[in-house]
Amino acid sequence: MSSAQIEIQLIGIVVAAACALPGVFLVLRGMAMMSDAISHTVLLGIVLGFLATGDLESPWLIFGAAAMGLITVSLTELLNRTKLVKHDAAIGLVFPALFSIAVILISRFARGVHLDTDAVLLGELAFAPFDRLMLFGTLLPRSLVVMGAIALVNLIFILAFYKELKLATFDAGLAAALGFSPALIHYGLMGLVSITAVGAFDAVGSILVVAFMVAPAAAAYLLTDKLERMLLYAVGLGALGAVGGYWMAHLMDANIAGSMATIIGVLFALCLLFAPQRGLLASAARRARQRWEFAQTMLTIHLLHHEGTPEAEVENRLDHLHDHLRWEPAFARGVVQRADERGLVRLENGSLHLTDAGRGLATTMLADKR
Amino acid sequence: MDKQTLAVQVADLTVAYQEKPVLWDVDLDVPQGVLMAIVGPNGAGKTTMLKAILGLLTPAAGHVSIFDKPYQEQRSLVGYVPQRGSVDWDFPTSVLDVVMMGNYGKLGWVRRPGAADRRAAELALEKVGMADYAGRQISQLSGGQQQRTFLARALMQDAQVYFMDEPFQGVDATTERAIVDILKDLRADGKTVLAVHHDLQTVSEYFDWVMLLNVRRIASGPVDEVFTDENLRTAYGGRVGFLNKKP
Repeated sequence: MSSAQIEIQLIGIVVAAACALPGVFLVLRGMAMMSDAISHTVLLGIVLGFLATGDLESPWLIFGAAAMGLITVSLTELLNRTKLVKHDAAIGLVFPALFSIAVILISRFARGVHLDTDAVLLGELAFAPFDRLMLFGTLLPRSLVVMGAIALVNLIFILAFYKELKLATFDAGLAAALGFSPALIHYGLMGLVSITAVGAFDAVGSILVVAFMVAPAAAAYLLTDKLERMLLYAVGLGALGAVGGYWMAHLMDANIAGSMATIIGVLFALCLLFAPQRGLLASAARRARQRWEFAQTMLTIHLLHHEGTPEAEVENRLDHLHDHLRWEPAFARGVVQRADERGLVRLENGSLHLTDAGRGLATTMLADKR
Repeated sequence: MDKQTLAVQVADLTVAYQEKPVLWDVDLDVPQGVLMAIVGPNGAGKTTMLKAILGLLTPAAGHVSIFDKPYQEQRSLVGYVPQRGSVDWDFPTSVLDVVMMGNYGKLGWVRRPGAADRRAAELALEKVGMADYAGRQISQLSGGQQQRTFLARALMQDAQVYFMDEPFQGVDATTERAIVDILKDLRADGKTVLAVHHDLQTVSEYFDWVMLLNVRRIASGPVDEVFTDENLRTAYGGRVGFLNKKP
């Protein structure tokens, strides 16, 4: 591997980590699409900053972009608060408007500058190693330094305000009642998303910013029940997507950012299918198991109901379950066989008898109605 | 018990959504050490009143004091149990973690809960009969267990005045008894509880004070004085014929 190859992957990993951290909270707050909006509207902040300073390297660009991210959030909320526009529609109204103003400004006043719209959407990760700056006596890729710093800021913010973020995300009402302003926490988080989007879009483009913020967090959500682990897994999955995507692009000679987004999508799909408890396969297996268990409970209750009565001879027979419980004969045999294996019933000459365990199950289920 | 000490004083509280009043000039005095049910028909503004008292929404007018001082200065004395349905129970966290949130107010910004908070949370869970569920993921709880978790979290707040939004909503009989026991323990400790309540049949059994609300305050005071057919008819508009009040 050449050093440029390693550097591109490192940049990918750092961007993934920087995005995944705030991304987890966006996903938990049901605000994933806000990352899409912000990652586009920061462009307007950058353009305005550039037009004001005439310098693409000016730190004012970052401030302008972060401010524009927050303006996006508050414009969306203003529209939403009129109660005339729903939240997702408000996002869909605000961000294309701000983004298109930026596109018009670029085409009118900043043609030929690095700020072209393709680069905004897909980034230029392949060229990132050429743009270097001096730090600690070594020449490092600028994107790596910038994104490293942003990832660090995100990490420090989330470590410092972990408790507040958790509370305000889970129960904003209690947060407010306890004196932790949910609005302040909300805008702090959105500030992080904005700064991250600004830093990342230069290297990887806004599409990958959205992919890195949403997909690893959504996948991690399927894998764990603990917030700390969800943060760790999201960073890990994002990093995996970055490295995997780089090699996919390398082998297929394809766009790097596009490949990374694809691999992240594939990782999410794998989690969706195979996540141990929440995955689709696990849920299907659980539903099947519950269906059998419920049927066995039904059987014991049915038997208990008729046990010791004159009609038991007729009702409590294997070949009568079809009439009385509307079970297909094959299903009825399956249920009886499973109930027999669990020691709930005994089958004697086609007539069914409850065991003590079976009677116990039926009685508890009847007693515990709620 | 000193009935003169007022735990909660609400004066002229008015809340409007787009010029339509949902809470109209409500005055309320609640003495320390009572269990007060807040009852009224749907849309009477019960939840709105709690939220306005707690500063979760901005009233058009009115003033709230807790033990004679403005609410903002007395936050640490106030505990809040929101409606069970107001949060996302699929949030990735454990029962113990949710209970510890009750202590966040005392910790203030940035400081993390420690081993002492953990022990206090375990104790609170024990009080609501949920000691065995500390490590359980919250999405696996039944409705009653969710409610008891919220109650344990409120106990963690160790407040003087508790505001509870429908603590009995959709809970099983075991949980209902557990909650009633906790309410009585709280009162025995001199705490004050205001709870939005839906089941008129149990008002006189579970509570000693009651407020009847329907946009305006219809009446408030000791149950045996104000929980009358006449007041109920005013609050509910004559739709309480089914009510068989216990003597």
